[in-house]
Amino acid sequence: MNFLDYIIPIFYALGMVSVFMTLCAYSVLAERKVCSLIQRRVGPNRAKIPIVGHIPILGKILTRLGIFHPAADGLKFLFKEEITPQHVRIGYYYLAPIVALAPALTTMVVLPFGRYIDVNGMVQPIALANIDVGILFILAVSSLGVYGIVLAGWASNSKYPFLGAIRSTAQMISYELAMGLSILPVFLWAASPGSDYGLSLFGVVQAQQGLWLIIWQPISALIFLVAIFAETNRLPFDMAESETDLVGGFHTEYGAFKFGMFFVAEYAHIIMGSALFVLLFLGGWHFLPGVADPWPDGLFGILCSTSWFLLKIFFMIFFFIWMRWSMPRFRYDHVMHLGWKILLPLAVANFVFYIFLIAFIDNLTY
Amino acid sequence: MLLSALVMVLNKNAVNSAMCMIVTLVSTAGLFILLEAYFLAILQVLVYAGAVMVLFLFIIMLLDVDKGNNYEYLKQKFAFFAQLLGFSLLFFLVFNSFSKIYLPTTELVQISNVGEAGTIAFSNTAKSFGQILFTKYMLPFQVIGFLLLVAMIGVIVISKKQSTDTEK
Repeated sequence: MNFLDYIIPIFYALGMVSVFMTLCAYSVLAERKVCSLIQRRVGPNRAKIPIVGHIPILGKILTRLGIFHPAADGLKFLFKEEITPQHVRIGYYYLAPIVALAPALTTMVVLPFGRYIDVNGMVQPIALANIDVGILFILAVSSLGVYGIVLAGWASNSKYPFLGAIRSTAQMISYELAMGLSILPVFLWAASPGSDYGLSLFGVVQAQQGLWLIIWQPISALIFLVAIFAETNRLPFDMAESETDLVGGFHTEYGAFKFGMFFVAEYAHIIMGSALFVLLFLGGWHFLPGVADPWPDGLFGILCSTSWFLLKIFFMIFFFIWMRWSMPRFRYDHVMHLGWKILLPLAVANFVFYIFLIAFIDNLTY
Repeated sequence: MLLSALVMVLNKNAVNSAMCMIVTLVSTAGLFILLEAYFLAILQVLVYAGAVMVLFLFIIMLLDVDKGNNYEYLKQKFAFFAQLLGFSLLFFLVFNSFSKIYLPTTELVQISNVGEAGTIAFSNTAKSFGQILFTKYMLPFQVIGFLLLVAMIGVIVISKKQSTDTEK
């Protein structure tokens, strides 16, 4: 084992983290811009970096687009005064933001985001770790993210955060079930007899060379989408925050960079959720339904597939933001009702239906 | 892992214990990964750390177990038996690993020989788990499933009787 063999994966990982964090920062900007678009405002357009911002025409356009705002936001979080309220449980209070952020960033390890042709002419995924139980890994690690919220609510030691944490825990546990059940048919569909992809995300993408799975399995896609909204605590389901009745929810007592970490964790979850949805239902890096893989071989093809995948992710992020600013918040008992009495039975029925359908199709073909 | 397990048992604060238990479970998953049993490791995190412990923590925080005062009573009553049991188990474990006289243990079988058809080569993928689970170990699998169902129904019955106001 060469010394270089240890160094190169570290650089890959660092590159991935930096891309991911930049995406997080700019999806915050996108959130603000899309919000202002929907509400007929201009949105953030003032922050300016001295030299770049003063380039005659380009600088003005960039400033108007708010390109420099994420940097300003980040710096603001860093340099704000760190306030620790007197009544918190100190150890867990500092642990919670870390626990919230770490799983959100860990899940990206198994995310395939493009494809290349290896020396044997086989299509291979580009990912940090291409393990055959990728989807289980993502589900497992992202389910650890709930501890961040629970600990934050409990460690804050006051009533609003605690209520927010309890609501959010109950919600996440209930929607995890529907989410798991809704993706089972996807993997049944993708892992046809004789394929050796198993539970890997790459296999699912390869199975969508024809029509995308959102066309084959619209109900699974719908359930999965709703469950993702609930898991990321986004607006129709943001019981954890719910600022009209809980002040700020679980992060009421958090300020400065600790709040920033929660904030980044939320957007990281959104990006992961949209990436997962793209992989499972929107055909990953395949071009259009029916047109599988028009990209050429070599480096250019890699760039094409990756950027097409990114484009789809951007669309999904836009969709998340769009939903946030156009849907009213559910009441808490409605959320529970929807999760347990509508989504879960629907997911089970959907699963059973696809078992029979897939068995039927297999009988026809073999 | 051993440290966190020890803290889990010794700590008086229920939340601390729960957190240490999570650390223990995750490090067990880490051990599984080192043994190249990735599927098992992921299931460990998914089921225990991800689902079961969240409920534990949830209940502990909700009911505020720390304030319960029956702790001392419980301690006196059961500490002796618990210690006896723990030490005897530890003794058997050490005895079993280091002495020549083995206690009867289940025989470790090379899993690749187990699959009746032997259609697929053994690997640490999810596929071989499924293959074995549904061929050789079908009966235990079904029995465990049935036991879990019985336990679930039992819990529902018990909680129905005790609580007067059920959740909507």
